Order: sequence, then structure tokens, then C-alpha cells
Amino acid sequence: MAGRAGIVAASMTKFEAAKPYQHLMDLVLEVTDKVVEAAGISLKDDVEAVISCSQDHWDGRTISSMPIPDIVCSHLKDESKVAGDGAYAALYGAMHILSGDNKLVLVVSHCAESHTDGTMIENWSIDHIFHRMLGLDYTIGGAMQARRYMDKYKVTPEQFAKIVVKNKGNARKNVYAQEAMELTVDQVLKSRMLADPITELQKKPVSDGACALIIASEEVAKKLTPNPVWITGAGNCYEFHNPGDRDLAECDALVKAAKKAYKMAGIGNPAKDIDLVELSENYAYQEMLWTEGLGLCGKGDGGKLIDSGKTQIKGELPVNPSGGLLSGIPVTVAGMTRVAEAVWQLQGKAGEHQVQGAKRAVVHGCDGLCGQMHCVLVLEKGGK
Amino acid sequence: MSNRVAIVGIGQTTHSGRRPYVNDGELIYDAVTKALADADLSINDMESVMLGNMDLFEGHSLNDAMLNLYSGAAGKPGFKMNTGGTVGSMMAIQGWYHIASGLYDLCLVIGWEKHDEGPATPAISTITDPAVDRPFLVGAIGGLATVSVAYMQRSGCKLEHAAMVRANASQAAARNPNAHMREIYSVEDVMKARMVMYPLNLLMCCPTSLGACALVLASESKAKKISKKPVWMKDHVTVHVEYGGAQFGIGEKRWTSHMEAGAKLFKRNNITKPMKETQVFEMYDPFAFAIPMWLEDFLICEPSEGWKLIEKGALKLEGEYPVSPSGGVLCTNSIGDSALLRVAEAALQIRGDAGEHQVTREVKQALASGFGGSFWSDLLLLSKTMD
Repeated sequence: MAGRAGIVAASMTKFEAAKPYQHLMDLVLEVTDKVVEAAGISLKDDVEAVISCSQDHWDGRTISSMPIPDIVCSHLKDESKVAGDGAYAALYGAMHILSGDNKLVLVVSHCAESHTDGTMIENWSIDHIFHRMLGLDYTIGGAMQARRYMDKYKVTPEQFAKIVVKNKGNARKNVYAQEAMELTVDQVLKSRMLADPITELQKKPVSDGACALIIASEEVAKKLTPNPVWITGAGNCYEFHNPGDRDLAECDALVKAAKKAYKMAGIGNPAKDIDLVELSENYAYQEMLWTEGLGLCGKGDGGKLIDSGKTQIKGELPVNPSGGLLSGIPVTVAGMTRVAEAVWQLQGKAGEHQVQGAKRAVVHGCDGLCGQMHCVLVLEKGGK
Repeated sequence: MSNRVAIVGIGQTTHSGRRPYVNDGELIYDAVTKALADADLSINDMESVMLGNMDLFEGHSLNDAMLNLYSGAAGKPGFKMNTGGTVGSMMAIQGWYHIASGLYDLCLVIGWEKHDEGPATPAISTITDPAVDRPFLVGAIGGLATVSVAYMQRSGCKLEHAAMVRANASQAAARNPNAHMREIYSVEDVMKARMVMYPLNLLMCCPTSLGACALVLASESKAKKISKKPVWMKDHVTVHVEYGGAQFGIGEKRWTSHMEAGAKLFKRNNITKPMKETQVFEMYDPFAFAIPMWLEDFLICEPSEGWKLIEKGALKLEGEYPVSPSGGVLCTNSIGDSALLRVAEAALQIRGDAGEHQVTREVKQALASGFGGSFWSDLLLLSKTMD
């Protein structure tokens, strides 16, 4: 391993339910311009390789990275596309640095969910022989998972609603957030029922936007910024695809991914050793389940954790101080915005939703039916 | 500085145009089990499983997750990439990054495509800009026909030379039991084929195939323990170009992605005579003019010399510099695994395990290339020895 990989700068667009006045590539251009300026580098001369992140179905284009080289100036340069969540792209960017092959890379993700029907794309990701024709999408799958979670660990819809109140409330202080709302538990529970127990406010809204990162070698990162954020741990894992092959009240893949990342970062007790968490909750119940998977509380204690108030922005262990995915972040871009938010928190640049004194953050990206794939990264400032 | 990476297991399915009784997952499973058997390892030994494919061809979203019971990725780390035609070589390169970064020691990389699930050209037509050139619905052939005409004009290459390339490829594919189109064609047969888009007739275009390929990659310490014949991934270069006119490399100041890739790779590895220092080239050759034109573009031979090498018979399996001795993409094109097959076939040549299509000269170093997107290029250098 060639030293450490450091994140120098991050950028994102404001997230909106639709951006009809911007071309998809305008989003990429916007975040690329912003991140290059924030890092104080030249896009043409300093960026050695580009890792883009998007998915063909969402873009309605085979090879959705086709127009990217023009935008990110990768003409006659190395560019590759991760077709999954943005956290994976950040990890792949780190691999480019750790292998010693590159000294500075640009990582960029984009998605405009408003351009298409997401439930259709979700259905196309489900096994085409046994389950696709049932019409499953992630909301129906999510409802099954939430029900199993409630049944096994006696968590309640009220606790799910508290996650929504917290995250959409946190979003009020985040200038990039799409849906900032002051809500009560009752309002969340009484919003339109999508698939019992998931109500409309418990689901991530349709969103458009983009996100970018600059990742550099230790030497270059230190030259570019006084406060680079180091990627000190990484782990990723798939769940079995068939929901019947899993206990949906558990998230074994996330547990495995987190364990690997924590081992690498030397984290023994995640509940104590982590200052801040930005995770990918497509539905409210997922934040509770993922906090268990990340080892922030015991199995089945996700409900108690939200009840305790520890995960509030001013609590001991803030979870999604940015407002999370519930405030509106598109798929694919989601995991990368978790990284970007954590970078800003550790650099003290988070603005109004800044968490004081955070030194070590854990970020999590996720995609697929009932959280089929998980990527966990540990980010730290300082150290040697 | 980077950890060294070796190919220790190679597996591929047989390729064909239609296998309605085999599903996507079974295709992947076939290649994976063959690669693991070749490495004498079990799926439990794999630390990460990566899958590459073009989503829109089969119509599955997130198929890395969907097919993970077949690929062996279930319960394991893994990645999905999709970079078009280069996705196969990109899988090998992604595996290289996984191991070279020090984060992993043993990885499985897979490329697959099942073209009989959906017509390829309509899907490829969505590659172009929705506002500007998508209404023309040209698929891949428009650009390839354009560069072929330009090549004929600037180099003196004739239609007959492309027909010779295809006839040679058919001879090679006939000796490769895994190739799709194994019929033997004479130059006259090729010349008689139906014109698709001038100058490319039906036989001068690659077929739409289905198949899968898998490689087991290992770090230096593991590779030496596992394999008696590890093939080292010595270097790799990826070059993209902008979407637009520049992709075609037409005009006086031609500098294409292949040229940049060749220049970079040969310079970094002190290769001055590529046809001597590498002994075989598994090229991603999706149309018959690709071999002569791109040998020039990769800076392997002088401009306008490519078609002369074909005339001399130098690029045949038993020739002075064999190119695509497996029959190449011209005879087998299951896009998601096409470029990974190039790496696999080049590695087989180095190991001496290519069977009937083993080249006659001794292979110490081999080149493999990938091609896709708006004329994007991957070029890999494989070696029998580590240094």
C-alpha cells in the first residue's frame, strides 16, 4: 500500500425534486467546477484519472459515462465507471491512489431520478425468473423488511417516524437539502400509506443532483490542504439476492462490511470510537436497522437508540446530521454525498449543521432490494 | 511500489449466438467454476467478486447483486463496472487495483453478456446523445465504417485486405473450441457477403454472441503459492477520448486513444520494438479493418504498414506476429466478456495452454486490448516473468 489516500475536497449540487432547467451533464459540470476550485487544482493538468459513477437504466443510455469525458476533461486520460452506489466509486478512487498508480483522481456521480420511473428500474433489478413478475419494487420489499424487523425485534412505526422527524428536521440547516421539514411523529404516520408500514414521508423522495470528490496521495493531499480527510477503513459486501435466503430483520452483509472497515481503521468499539455517522436510509426503518448493522447499538436495539436521543445532531453520536437520504438524494449519488458530508464535517466546513469536535466519521452507501449491497468507509482527520 | 498482480485462474464458456436453455446466471456460473478449477481454488477463497456487463442488453439493473448466487458474490465484497466494450478489460484492471492497493489478495473478475436476450443495435443506439445524433440510430457500425473508409483512403488498404483478415480469423476460430463463428471462409467467400455499411460487409462485422469469462487474480505472495504458471499483469493503460468528432481520429493530426495508449505503455515499459518484445497480441477487433489499422494506431508497426503485414501472412497463428489467434472479436463478440477474453486468451498463450490455437513462437510477453465507448482504449501488458 502506497501511504494513505486523502480526500482533499468535496462538492455537490443542491438536490431538487426535478432540475428541468439543467441538462444531466450540467450537473456533472457544476460539481466538477466546484470541487476543482475547492481543491485549488487544474482539471486539465492535475487530475490523472476520473472515476465516474452512474447507472445506464437511470440515464436511459447504454454506457451512461459516454458524455463524461467532455465534461471532466478526461480526453486522452484514464476514465472508468462504477455502476453502483457512489460510496463504491469513492473506494475505487482510493484504490487508484493506494496502488500507487495515481497521485490525484476525480470521483464524480450523477443521477436525475425525475427523468424516469424509478419503481420500474427497481423492478428490473429483481430476479427475472422467480420474482420480477410479482411486481416487487424497493418500497414493497422495504415494507416486507420493516414488517419482519417489527415482528422480530418489536420496533414500532412510531420509532420509524422519529427517524423522519430527526432527518427532515436536520435538513433545515443544510443548504443542499431538498426536503427540509418540521414534522411530528403523528404527521409522518398519517401521511399517505405506500406499503404498510411505510408511509410517504418515510420514503426517500424523488431527487436530482450530483456529487464530486478529489482524492489524492498522502503527499499531494497535504500540499493541497491543511486538513485532508483520510480514508482509514473500507469494507463492502453483498446480501443474498433472494429475500427468502435471508432473515430480513438482519443485515449480515452490512455487519461484515463494517467489521472489515473497523478492523482496518483500528476501531474496537464503534459506539464509542466514532464521532459521526452519515448513512444511506432509503426508508426510515433502514436507519434503525443500519445503525444496528454498523454496531452503533446491539441487535434489535435500533429503536432504543432513536428513543435515547443519542443520534440527534446534538447527541453523543449524531447520525445523518445532514438530513440523510430522507431529505432527498438520488440513488447512485447517495453514497458519495455521505462521504462528502462527512468530509465537510471533519474539515469544519459543514455550515449550520456542523457537529463540534468530530475527528472520526463512518459513512455508508447502499443500494438494491432490502439493502442488497453495502459499502462502509471510515474517514479521519489528522493522525500519521 | 504497487503490489504485483498475477492471473492464476482462467475460465470461459463456449460461445454461441443463441442458448435459450441457459440463463444468465448459469452462463456466469459456468465460467466461474472453470476459472476456480483452473486455479485449484474454491469460491470461499475469493475475497472479492467483481462483475462487468452492459446493463441495457439484458435489461437487468444492478445485475451484480441480482446474479450473485451464480457468481459467488453473495455474502462477499464485490463491485460492478460498466464501461461499454472495454468493460471486460476494465474488470481485469479493476481486479488489479483491488490487489495492487493492498486491500485484497485474491479476487474473481467476471465479464458476461447474453446477446440473445435482447437485440444489440437498438441498445447500442442509446449510446449517442439524445438530442444530437440518437435519431440516426446508427449503433456501432456507423463510426466503424467511417474510420474504415478513412483508413483505406490514407493507407492504400483495400477491401480484399479486410477479407483476408476475416479469412485468417476464421482459420483461427476453427481451432478454438470456445469461439462462436467457427466456419472457415475463403477471401472470396468474405468478398461475396452482403454489404451492411460500406466498406463493411456482414462477415467483416463481429457477430452478436453470448458467453462469460472469469479470471482469478492473486497478489504476488499468493500467486507463487497457488500457481505453477502465474501470468503477471505487468502494466495497463486506459485512455478515453471526448465524445464528438475527435473520437474518429480523422484528419491530418491524428492522435487517437489507441495511439496514446500504445505510446504510454511502451514508454513506461521501455519497449522499443513491440513486435519483438511482445510475441502475441489479442486485439479487440470488432471489424475486419481493425487489425491492420489499429496495429498502426497502437504504434506497433509504421503507418500504412498494417495491411502489408496481412498480405505477407505475418499476423496468422504461425506468423511472425500473431494477432488474435483465438479468432478475436470478429468471430466471438459477447460484449461484456469480449475484452476480458482478450486478457484470458493472451494469458493462455503465455502459459502455453491455448491448445490447438497456441501460436508457434514462444510467448514471453503478450498484449491484450479493449475497445468501446466513443473509441476508448484499454491496453494491457502480460508477462511470463515478474520483472
